[in-house]
Amino acid sequence: MKSRKVAIFAAVAATALILSSCGNSTSTSSGTVAGEQASFPAFDETKAGGIVTFVAASAGGTLDPKVNYTAQYWQLYQASYDGLLSFKYADGEGSFEIVPDLAEALPEFSNEGKTLTFKLRSGIKFSDGTDVTVNDVKASFERIFKVLSPTAGGFYGGIVGADACLAKPATCKLDEGVVVDAATNSVVINLTAADDAISSKLAVPHASINPASAPSKDAGSTIIPSTGPYMFKTYDPNKELIMVRNPYFKEWNHDAQPAGYPDQIQYKFGLTASAQVTAIQNDQANWMYDPIPSDRLNEIGTKYKDQVYVQPLTAMWYFPMNNNIAPFNNVKARQAVNYAIDRGALVKIFGGSQLASPVCSFLPPNFPGHVDYCGYTKGATPDAPAKAWAEPDLELAKKLVEESGTKGQKVGIVVSDDDVNKQVGEYLQSVLNQIGYVATVKPISGNIQFTYIQNTNNKVQISLSQWYQDYPAASDFLYILLSCGSFTPGSDSSINMAGYCNKALDEKMKKAIALGVTDAKAANIMWGDIDQEVMKDAPVAVAFTPKQVDFISKSTKNYHFSKQYKMFVSQIQVK
Amino acid sequence: MSFKATTSAALSESPGKIALRTLSRDKRSRIALSVLAVIFLLAIFAPLYSSLIAKTDPFVSTINATIQIDGVERQVLQPSTEGLGLGVTPIGPTFTTKYFLGADAQGRDVLARILYGGRNTLFIGMSAALLTISLSLLIGLIAGYRGGWVDSILSRLLDLIWAFPVYLLSISLSVVLLTSGISLGFIKFGAGSLALPIFIIGIVYVPYVARPIRGQVIALREREFVRAAVGSGARHSTIVLREILPNVMPSVLVFVPIMVALSMLTESALSFLSVGVQAPQASWGTVINDGINLLYTRPVVALAPGLMIVITAAALNLYGDAVRDALDPKSRGRG
Repeated sequence: MKSRKVAIFAAVAATALILSSCGNSTSTSSGTVAGEQASFPAFDETKAGGIVTFVAASAGGTLDPKVNYTAQYWQLYQASYDGLLSFKYADGEGSFEIVPDLAEALPEFSNEGKTLTFKLRSGIKFSDGTDVTVNDVKASFERIFKVLSPTAGGFYGGIVGADACLAKPATCKLDEGVVVDAATNSVVINLTAADDAISSKLAVPHASINPASAPSKDAGSTIIPSTGPYMFKTYDPNKELIMVRNPYFKEWNHDAQPAGYPDQIQYKFGLTASAQVTAIQNDQANWMYDPIPSDRLNEIGTKYKDQVYVQPLTAMWYFPMNNNIAPFNNVKARQAVNYAIDRGALVKIFGGSQLASPVCSFLPPNFPGHVDYCGYTKGATPDAPAKAWAEPDLELAKKLVEESGTKGQKVGIVVSDDDVNKQVGEYLQSVLNQIGYVATVKPISGNIQFTYIQNTNNKVQISLSQWYQDYPAASDFLYILLSCGSFTPGSDSSINMAGYCNKALDEKMKKAIALGVTDAKAANIMWGDIDQEVMKDAPVAVAFTPKQVDFISKSTKNYHFSKQYKMFVSQIQVK
Repeated sequence: MSFKATTSAALSESPGKIALRTLSRDKRSRIALSVLAVIFLLAIFAPLYSSLIAKTDPFVSTINATIQIDGVERQVLQPSTEGLGLGVTPIGPTFTTKYFLGADAQGRDVLARILYGGRNTLFIGMSAALLTISLSLLIGLIAGYRGGWVDSILSRLLDLIWAFPVYLLSISLSVVLLTSGISLGFIKFGAGSLALPIFIIGIVYVPYVARPIRGQVIALREREFVRAAVGSGARHSTIVLREILPNVMPSVLVFVPIMVALSMLTESALSFLSVGVQAPQASWGTVINDGINLLYTRPVVALAPGLMIVITAAALNLYGDAVRDALDPKSRGRG
């Protein structure tokens, strides 16, 4: 009984906190108001059919839902893969709500929040026609470790037995961590410590349930059968990705996985961002993935404003600095970068103040735990921060570089090769040159940049990356991106790109996670403190928090936006 | 090739002087040289323009810079105030001392970047052409004169390079060498060095020049005056330098402006593709690349350097035609 209370309290507290922290924010879209939480209307057969076409400059890398960690494909996974839990199909903040998906109900918590009990729905099949069983559930959790999922340590390191799996992934067994009973269809997940965000972690694609026969390594372009309304049919990262209806799908929970409208969803790769805009203007594509080039923004914001939706995001653009190699193994060098970058200039590169806001805290505004502070603006210090970023302090930055003894060193900046990323890279290069480094920009394909910058073997000194929340909890930013457990040297799945590992703060983060189970408010205050302490070490330089601009074609209807996964791809109507 | 004077007056003049006189009277040559002189002067005085007139550093991002126009302070990158207020547009041509041709997306003066870019494009074009021609001459002379296995080996090496399309090979080499640079014992070029595109472009065009030179040397080797020199016991080096080289030089000189134009175009292409001159350095190719993202709002950023490339390449080709006609009157009118 007590554990049940804990569960309800945690869920209610988290939801309340999210709602209060998000306030009454409304999108600046063309008539679309975010914040409604009602379920989507029932599936309307008469509006189903047609082909939806998305366009992007490049593919998002591996198609394996346990490995891929891009917003580009998580958006597609929402319509194809399912976990025990899921984020609700609802507009605005409602999309943060956790609902049961392959599980019959939300978990029952016991053992002081360390044990979660589920009952797997029966009668659900994978897209290859095989039944979803509790053995698939157990194998799926073990597979997280076997395939070196980037969140294996950060999200699922708290499952009993995960330590051994992290040490020896190939032989991972979670016999005590994930206990299943085929006779009762029950799944019991045992944690080493209570985790306030465990429900959210079980709702993201890395915890999706895949067949036990799925390969024990990154599947790459090989398609893994899915459970949702769509399944992947073909994937050529250089050309296109096609999703078609899953013949075995039957709606089981409208809030978790409603039936989809289009018969086919196809993603075409290789178009420049400008070509993507033109394709949508000509109704040759329904939606584009990449940021709209800055010289087309004014055009679409005036001539096509009825087809544009601007959505606030809980996300950040930031510069991870490699804390383990020169020059950024020196805290003063990292602080210098934080002082030097003109966040206002970066906002301009992104498209102006309607599309982004400068920040220097790690937790984005309107996010649990966020505190308005900036230690790296003119007149402020990490110990005596200002309320908000105002302007850069180049002189102080130059002084810090001098003091660090790193002046004159060569610095390589690795960015993705799309227009906006390259512009940001070139701007950073200019700043680094001004403060005393000899910087070069290395644009590489968006196909590989995200994994390339994670691998320490590539000796990346500084890069540009983006982080869009996985789930609405402070741990998703601080613990996932900067904990010791998220740093795996030599791996493409080392999401702690800075290689930052502060053991004292790591312990504090673990305490905040545990505290969140019983006292979300106190936990978030603690996360706010951790944020400020982390930024004193300046492992990264946070630049700005962006907004999502969705530009859809004239024939595209039924646009809905999830704060969790962006536009709901399965709900688009083209008929 | 031989020089044949047609008038008695000309008999007293060397072939070189005749060629120079012909060249100086050629209208095409004078027009081309005038255009090239202007372009070279503009490039040379780029630092003066930047520091004294525009008062800007074209290699530093100045995204938040402002400019006074008609007494009104305006942002160099201007946020949109229409519709949904999305986007930021760089200031267009002001036709004043500052931002004469407007700004690029980093808030840098486009004209200053074009002038600086011209320095790099012309420097790389000329250096690469010089490298190509020097290597080609060396290979062509050795292969053509020695013949036998030396010719076979050198010719196969040329065939090997020739087998790849010029742009494909230069892009591939650039991509590979761009991040690591070159370190071949005594040759060391760091990543991002201007020497890299010079080296790459200089190498990929060698077969195109060395092949015809080799052919000419083979033909000359069988001529009477060369055989006479061999018969008189002259050393090979003397024969090559005194008998063959002077007869090959007119062809080589004809190649010079053509190769400069070709190398310049290749450099621009590589820089446009981000594998040539590296930011924040500029070349006409990089400025076009900067302008591609502004085609809809500020087309001048891409068009202006494009125009510079067209004018320079046309002038070099025109001058090349004039040089060819002056050195080989028989070829006039062959086009």
